[in-house]
Amino acid sequence: MAVNRVDVTADAAGLLRRLAGRHGPLMFHQSGGCCDGSSPMCYPAGEFRTGNADVRLGDLRVDGVGEPIPVWMSASQFEYWKHTHLTIDVVPGRGSGFSLEAPEGVRFLIRSRLLTDQELAELDGHKERPVPAGEG
Amino acid sequence: MATYAAPGDSGSVVAFRPRYDHFIGGEYVPPAGGEYFANPTPVTGATFTEVARGTAEDVDRAVRAAEGAAVAWGRTSPAERAEVLNKIADRIEQNLEAIAVAESWENGKPVRETLAADIPLAIDHFRYFAGAIRAQEGGISQLDADTVAYHFHEPLGVVGQIIPWNFPILMATWKLAPALAAGNAVVLKPAEQTPASIHVLLELIADLIPAGVLNVVNGFGVEAGKPLAQHSGIRKVAFTGETTTGRLIMQYASENIVPVTLELGGKSPNIFFADVADARDAFYDKAQEGFAMFALNQGEVCTCPSRALIQSSIYSSFLADAVERVKKIKQGNPLDTDTMIGAQASNDQLEKILSYIDIGKKEGAKILTGGERVDLGGDLSGGYYVQPTVFEGDNKMRIFQEEIFGPVVSVTRFDDYDDAIKVANDTLYGLGAGVWSRDGNTAYRAGRDIQAGRVWTNCYHAYPAHAAFGGYKQSGIGRENHKMMLDHYQQTKNILVSYSQNAQGFF
Repeated sequence: MAVNRVDVTADAAGLLRRLAGRHGPLMFHQSGGCCDGSSPMCYPAGEFRTGNADVRLGDLRVDGVGEPIPVWMSASQFEYWKHTHLTIDVVPGRGSGFSLEAPEGVRFLIRSRLLTDQELAELDGHKERPVPAGEG
Repeated sequence: MATYAAPGDSGSVVAFRPRYDHFIGGEYVPPAGGEYFANPTPVTGATFTEVARGTAEDVDRAVRAAEGAAVAWGRTSPAERAEVLNKIADRIEQNLEAIAVAESWENGKPVRETLAADIPLAIDHFRYFAGAIRAQEGGISQLDADTVAYHFHEPLGVVGQIIPWNFPILMATWKLAPALAAGNAVVLKPAEQTPASIHVLLELIADLIPAGVLNVVNGFGVEAGKPLAQHSGIRKVAFTGETTTGRLIMQYASENIVPVTLELGGKSPNIFFADVADARDAFYDKAQEGFAMFALNQGEVCTCPSRALIQSSIYSSFLADAVERVKKIKQGNPLDTDTMIGAQASNDQLEKILSYIDIGKKEGAKILTGGERVDLGGDLSGGYYVQPTVFEGDNKMRIFQEEIFGPVVSVTRFDDYDDAIKVANDTLYGLGAGVWSRDGNTAYRAGRDIQAGRVWTNCYHAYPAHAAFGGYKQSGIGRENHKMMLDHYQQTKNILVSYSQNAQGFF
């Protein structure tokens, strides 16, 4: 399997299948700051306008969901996060913001680990590198 | 000291209703969709009430009610509006204990904080804006001998306010008081994690406010917050939260060309210069307390001093003393007046904090104390408790760069003044900061060089009205807590008058 920056747990994939069935194509934007900062926000694709200030970390391919689900983060935040691999998980909770899953009584959550030197080397010179909006 | 009886138990000073509807047009109305959501207390994890699950239909009804009330309210005299705000403050003061216990039960924070800080600050905040609106002046500019520009303040109309869950009543007050003082009608959406305590307050003050001037619609962000932020009848949106939702709210506001104020958090540095340790005196003790302030409100404060920067020459001894101080923080039942740190506000918040402690360890940061979830036993076993945690690491680590919003401080050292400022400003955010020094010049220079809207100098976590609060950089737009917030809730009307009898001479 190719090296990636972002992945999804089986539980989160199941939730994404349900959300995609209800809302159509989806996207993530990783938040920062207080309250529900650090949470990945899930929206209908195109609901959140990405731009030059964002990078796309990758696309989640979830069985049973037709469209890949892009995961975005602000470019400035990525500078501080780029050495870590992210896995989108889901936990019981009552998230805030306008993320789609909150009414389900669950919340997407980021789990992180360090990227290995080998992974970083591969990602650095590779097409999987985050693509600034407009180029992707 | 004392432990308050839990709401719902006999002897409690406050009782929640089993269900809360929306408050629209001066009365409680059920949600259009007929649905309610369960509201648990983070103290035990048990549900204690249910709350209306608002939708676009409810928001629209609330905006229409607000529109119906806005014109008359906007025409009341400042003296009348100030009287309403003062009466609200008095009513809260008369019921302080009940509201404080309700807030503790709702949010999980220690009742000693709600008794001594949250609710007294809310009371004072209403009084401050009651005074500020009466003292506000318009402007008269004499442009030449015959021409005068008059500047009047006028309310915006109907404003939308989306409230965070970390200080449910105080943050609502920070937004409500200036909006109402300025003559606006409000549609307010509390956080879905903490939707109920505001209704305890509302029931106490509802008779003081003309119908429709204040409307509260509960619900989830995507179902109720979003339609509020997008509603074409809203003339301004105020939001406290995080950056992605902040950007989305700006995006929605751009569709209607309305202004926003945003408070989006921070990663506040707390800087201890070497001279702090020149003596082991009261000031040293105060600085030590300043370090431990990261645990206030379980760290769920946008300005949590979650990065401690200690000068190298005192690093080891100051930090050792500080860790001992942190170990003495008493964790327990939030309704016990001795408890210093209570429960995190929700399960997902607890999980997020634990995930940050995990990545902190993986990045090589060292835990000096804490780092674990706490099981307090009995009913409290179901609650969301985390040990106050001190990490030692490097400013490039994720735990130094993102607001964990938990009782977690990340500590690093600096060599000299320039180094301190460089590390302090190496962040995306700029909301709060702390500077500790016995040297006034050092403290002053640091205060000016740090890119943050609030620099506490030889103090921390004080939130008095009449001191502006808001962010630089990605921490947001606007200033709360000060009369300048009135400007964020007012239009400027300029009437330009010529007193000359003569034509201008163009035609």
